[in-house]
Amino acid sequence: MIEARGLGRTFTTRQGPVEAVRGVDLDVDAGEIVGFLGPNGAGKTTTLRMLTTLLAPTAGNATVAGCDLRADPAGVRRGIGYVAQGGGTDPALPIGEELELQARLYGVGPVAERTAELCARLDLEGLERRPVASLSGGQRRRLDIALGLAHRPRLLFLDEPTTGLDPHSRGDLWDHIRRMRAEDGTTVFLTTHYLEEADALCDRILIMDRGRIVAEGTPAELKRRVAGDVVTVELADAARDAGRACAALAGLAAVREARADGDGLRLRVDNGDRELMGLMRALDGAGVELASLRLARPTLDDVFLTVTGRSLREAA
Amino acid sequence: MAKVVRDTYLIFLRYLRPTLRNRMVLVFGAVQPLVYLVLFGPLLTEVFGGARSWRVFVPGILVQLVLFGAGFAGFALIADLRSGVAERLRVTPVSRVALLLGRVLRDALLLAVQASMLVAAGLLLGLRAPVAGVLVGLALVTALAVAIASLSYVLAMSTGREDAFAPLLSTVTLPLMLLSGILLPMDLAPGWLEAVSWANPFRYVVDATRAAFAGDYATATVGRGAAVTVALVVVSVALGTRRFRAENA
Repeated sequence: MIEARGLGRTFTTRQGPVEAVRGVDLDVDAGEIVGFLGPNGAGKTTTLRMLTTLLAPTAGNATVAGCDLRADPAGVRRGIGYVAQGGGTDPALPIGEELELQARLYGVGPVAERTAELCARLDLEGLERRPVASLSGGQRRRLDIALGLAHRPRLLFLDEPTTGLDPHSRGDLWDHIRRMRAEDGTTVFLTTHYLEEADALCDRILIMDRGRIVAEGTPAELKRRVAGDVVTVELADAARDAGRACAALAGLAAVREARADGDGLRLRVDNGDRELMGLMRALDGAGVELASLRLARPTLDDVFLTVTGRSLREAA
Repeated sequence: MAKVVRDTYLIFLRYLRPTLRNRMVLVFGAVQPLVYLVLFGPLLTEVFGGARSWRVFVPGILVQLVLFGAGFAGFALIADLRSGVAERLRVTPVSRVALLLGRVLRDALLLAVQASMLVAAGLLLGLRAPVAGVLVGLALVTALAVAIASLSYVLAMSTGREDAFAPLLSTVTLPLMLLSGILLPMDLAPGWLEAVSWANPFRYVVDATRAAFAGDYATATVGRGAAVTVALVVVSVALGTRRFRAENA
C-alpha cells in the first residue's frame, strides 16, 4: 500500500539546510495498522506530508495507494484519506456541510446517504446542524476522521490522532480505528509520540529519530530486542540466601544477568513469562526461601532507549 | 475542464453559504463606503454642483469598496491556513484552480451586491445616471474585484500570517487609493501628481466608471478602463493560479 525508497526532505533555512527526513525506506501492506513512533521533531509529520502529496520530497520517491507520488499526485489523493494533527474544519460551519462538501469533492454519491453513514459510523448522529465549534474534543476528532473517510479510502493517514484527548476519548478513538480496519480492511498509517498508543493500536511500529527510521517491528518484537524481561525476586532472608540464589540462577540458559539488589535479586531473563517456573524450581532446589516474584515486560520506552541511547520522554 | 467548473462551483458554495446565513456581514462590509457617501459626498455637491458631483463621487466609492473589500479577502485564507481547512482541501483531488476561483467568484458576487446597495444609496442621495451606464460601471468594478481578490490571496499565501499581511496590505492599498482619484478626480491634481497617477491601473478604472455613469460609453476612457481591467484580471488570476498550484508541491 505504501512503498517508499530513500524519501528525504531538506528545508532551507537562514541557518543553512536542515535535513528533516533523511532517506526513509518503508513498506506498508494492505490492511496493516502501522505507526510512526518518535519524539516531536523526529520527522514523522514531514514524512506524512510527503506521502500525502502536501510536501514535495527533495530526495527519493514512493508509491502510495498504487500511484507514483511524483508522477501522479492526483491519483494518490484519490486513494488516500488524511487527518492532520490539528484537524481541518471551519469552527463556524455546520458539520453536515463540511461532510457533504467532502463527499462531493471526491465525487461520492449519493451524498446525503454517505453523510448519514459517516455520522452513524463515528457516533456523530444528530449533530449535523451544529457548528463545529460546539463539538467536544472527542467529537471534533471523530469529525476529522469522518472527513478523511468520506470516499472510503483504502489507506488512511492519521497524524497524532489522539493528542489532546482525555483518556476516555482516546480509548474510544482507538476502538473506531480498529473497527475501520476490521470492517473495511482500511490500511492505517499513523504517527504518535504516545507509547501506549503505538502499543495498543499498531501491528507494526517504525521508530523514528532525527529524520531516520532507527528500528522497526511488531511491538512484541521490538520489546524482545531489549535484552530480556526484568524479574525481581524478593527473598525471605536476603542476607542468608542471596549468594546461593545467584549461583543457582546463573546456571540457567535464559538468565542473562543476575545480581543482588536490596532485599533480593534483579534478573534479566529471555522470555521471562515462560521461564518463571524454571526460576522457581531452581531457587527451590537450592533451598532458597522466596517472599515474592515479579515479572516486568520492557516498555517501548526501553526500546527507544536501547536504540537511540535516549529516553523517549527526554527526547520529546 | 468540466471538473474545474464543478469544483469551482462547490468551493464557491462553501464560502457563499456562511455569508447567506449571516447577511449582516454583507451590510458591515459596505458601511465604511456608505459613511463616505453620506458624510463626505454632500461636501462635493457644493464644489461641483448636485447631479454631476454624485456621478463623480459614487464611482470612486465603488472602486474604494473593491480595494478595501476584495483587498481584505486574504484574511479568510489565512484563517483557513491556520485551521487546517486549506490543507484538508488540498489533500482531496479538488482542482487547485477551483480552490482559487471558487473563493474569488464568491468575493466578486459579494462585492457586486454591496456595490448595488451603494448605488441605491447614491440614488436616494441624489445620484442621477443612465441605467446602462450604471450597469457598465458595476461590471467594471466586479471584474476589478476578481483581480484584487486574487492578488489578496497571493499576498496572504506568501505572508501566511495576519501580522505580516495587514501592514503589507495597508502599505499597498493606501497609495493606490489616493493615486486613483477616488475621492476627487485626478484632473484637479498638480502636474507631477497627475503624471504619477497614470501609472496606477485603478485610475483608468475609476475614470472609465465615471464616464459610464455620465453616459459617455463609446469613449476612449471607457475602452481604456475596460482594457486595463481585463489585463488586471488575466495577470492576477494567472499569478493566483500559479501560487495555488505551487502550494500543492
